[in-house]
Amino acid sequence: MLKIEDLHVEVDGKPILKGINLEIEAGQVHAIMGPNGSGKSTLAYVLAGKDGYEVTKGRVLYKGQDLLEMAPELRAAEGLFLGFQYPVAIPGVSNIYFLKAAVNAIRKHRGEDPLDAIDFMKLSKEKAALVQLPDELTKRSVNDGFSGGEKKRNEIFQMAMLEPSLAVLDETDSGLDIDALKVVAEGVNALRGPDRAMLVITHYQRLLDHIVPDVVHVLIDGQIVRTGDKGLAMQLEKEGYAGVRNALQP
Amino acid sequence: MSASTEQIDDILKKGYDAGFVTDIEEEYAPPGLSEEIVRFISKKKQEPEWLLEWRLKAYRRWLEMKEPTWAKVTYPKIDFQDICYYAAPKTNENAPKSLDEVDPELLATYEKLGIPLHEREVLAGVAVDAVFDSVSVATTFRDKLAEVGVIFMPFSEAVQEHPELVKRYLGSVVPVSDNFYAALNSAVFSDGSFVYIPKGVRCPMELSTYFRINAAKTGQFERTLIIADEGSYVSYLEGCTAPMRDENQLHAAVVELVTHEGAQIKYSTVQNWYPGDENGKGGILNFVTKRGLCEGARSKISWTQVETGSAITWKYPSCILKGDDSVGEFYSVALSNHRQQADTGTKMIHLGKNTKSTIISKGISAGHGQQTYRGGVKISRGATNARNYTQCDSLLIGDKCGAHTVPYVDVRNSSSKLEHEATTSRIGEDQLFYCRQRGLSEEDAVSLIVNGFAKQVLKELPMEFAVEAQKLLGVSLEGAVG
Repeated sequence: MLKIEDLHVEVDGKPILKGINLEIEAGQVHAIMGPNGSGKSTLAYVLAGKDGYEVTKGRVLYKGQDLLEMAPELRAAEGLFLGFQYPVAIPGVSNIYFLKAAVNAIRKHRGEDPLDAIDFMKLSKEKAALVQLPDELTKRSVNDGFSGGEKKRNEIFQMAMLEPSLAVLDETDSGLDIDALKVVAEGVNALRGPDRAMLVITHYQRLLDHIVPDVVHVLIDGQIVRTGDKGLAMQLEKEGYAGVRNALQP
Repeated sequence: MSASTEQIDDILKKGYDAGFVTDIEEEYAPPGLSEEIVRFISKKKQEPEWLLEWRLKAYRRWLEMKEPTWAKVTYPKIDFQDICYYAAPKTNENAPKSLDEVDPELLATYEKLGIPLHEREVLAGVAVDAVFDSVSVATTFRDKLAEVGVIFMPFSEAVQEHPELVKRYLGSVVPVSDNFYAALNSAVFSDGSFVYIPKGVRCPMELSTYFRINAAKTGQFERTLIIADEGSYVSYLEGCTAPMRDENQLHAAVVELVTHEGAQIKYSTVQNWYPGDENGKGGILNFVTKRGLCEGARSKISWTQVETGSAITWKYPSCILKGDDSVGEFYSVALSNHRQQADTGTKMIHLGKNTKSTIISKGISAGHGQQTYRGGVKISRGATNARNYTQCDSLLIGDKCGAHTVPYVDVRNSSSKLEHEATTSRIGEDQLFYCRQRGLSEEDAVSLIVNGFAKQVLKELPMEFAVEAQKLLGVSLEGAVG
């Protein structure tokens, strides 16, 4: 599904990612953990194609294609979804209208007919229930005046609607209380499947209690320093990133 | 400038599809303005003596007036002696009696613009008056409207058929000496639409006028007069386009509305005059005076405008709230792209008791576009318990455009309540990236964000118009107007 080879990325001339190697297969959930400033969000943005991130070395293959050559909307149409850490508001554009435009843009890319209003409403009701997103929120302007938790639930709702092949979830747990975290995690779990891969980026182990990953990577200072199973996350919780750092000292 | 701003710029640099020229033989007055030209126009229209005198009075006042310079717009000096003040398709010499007699070339022109004039093809429920350069070429559904007593006809015919109404109301809201361009219009206006809704009648269909400037070096000076008698209601729409030409062309219209007791006029405009090219060459200079008088108690005038065209827009549709409990509304979306400049807004003049006004203005600037909202709210001494709510929002696209807000408030009665809200925002790269990450192209994303911004105003438009306006906002930004 996704193969990252020796990826180096700079922002304003400053190296942030320094040789990332990562391979995710369909059906797998990978977690990336790391302290602030380690490059987690940069990796998410580079995969989604945001401006301002310069790839100086390496390549990324997505479904066998050169991902870095593709425009952001093409990556989305090909099934790459980014759950944003800070989803932006779009005043005056209703959530549901926005999603309909997105769903139909992606369907068009796949050569499918646009969903009509009735089918779309049916689908959106079903998916909104998944993350317990109140009907009222689907009608409000995109993320406008949403609480932190509502924004994150809305991201997962969008993911459910767009049915991506690869979902990159950037700190989906930040700003969530424990109840909201459960709801979001349940939503994510319901979307796990043999054809779908996920890359879950987080600070804390607590999210991984609810979304159990197949593989855990630790990202420090732009490099993946450890890779293991969910036990690695537990260990991190106990010893902290400092523990990993110390273990790495020669 | 970041990559993404450059991409927006690319989207913004495109064409104008209403810019074609109709190849038709037209009759012109020689260029220049003089008493002879005013007499020539009046004679062409076979006008009564009183109207000629009225025009001449306006012309003499105009000679003494100076071009206004207070607006925040710059444009090359207009040579009023280099403009032609009358142009009419030759076939119109003897005005056609029915649509079958209208020159097919003209019908094709309107067809191309998406305004079919054949009644059977017209959107059900919209009557159209088509004004081509200086004359009205076709008015649909006149007979059907006449059945309920609604008068909807070219202005020049109203002068002949309903002189008493024209004489009573012409200049009653915008006097000849009101301002430089209104005086010019009063001297040389050629045609336009006339509407009268009798007492208690709810006009059974939307009325609309479609203005088209075709001839080169010609000004368009139309005059619209709408009277809603007691307890009546009418919704009126106007649309405008012009060919792409390298020279600027002058458009100076006057619109007067009068509502009697309990009557309501809803006036909607979608203005798409040729805006000039991306370097600011050519385009329509749009100097328009629009004013409504809420003469009777509990009457209401509502202006809704979507202004996407013209090189220069100078326009302040206003309401004089004379009747007690009368209501004035102004909903506006103005977009300036490339080198377009818009100085637009409204004046709400509260005279009666318990009068209420609402102003919602949305300005969108892109490219090197400049937007100014200029609004005046005046509460006079007698306007007890008057209320005004004003909201001005500006949206900037790119980093070379500008938005300015100039609200004037003059309150002479302490029982009044006024509110003013204003915001300025920029289409963020984060917003664009968010939309693109969800699969929308950059063009669709800009259009989505802009339409979201303008929604509060667009929802005030009649349905068919709202769809057209929404598309127009999208294409004015992406270019391919069609």
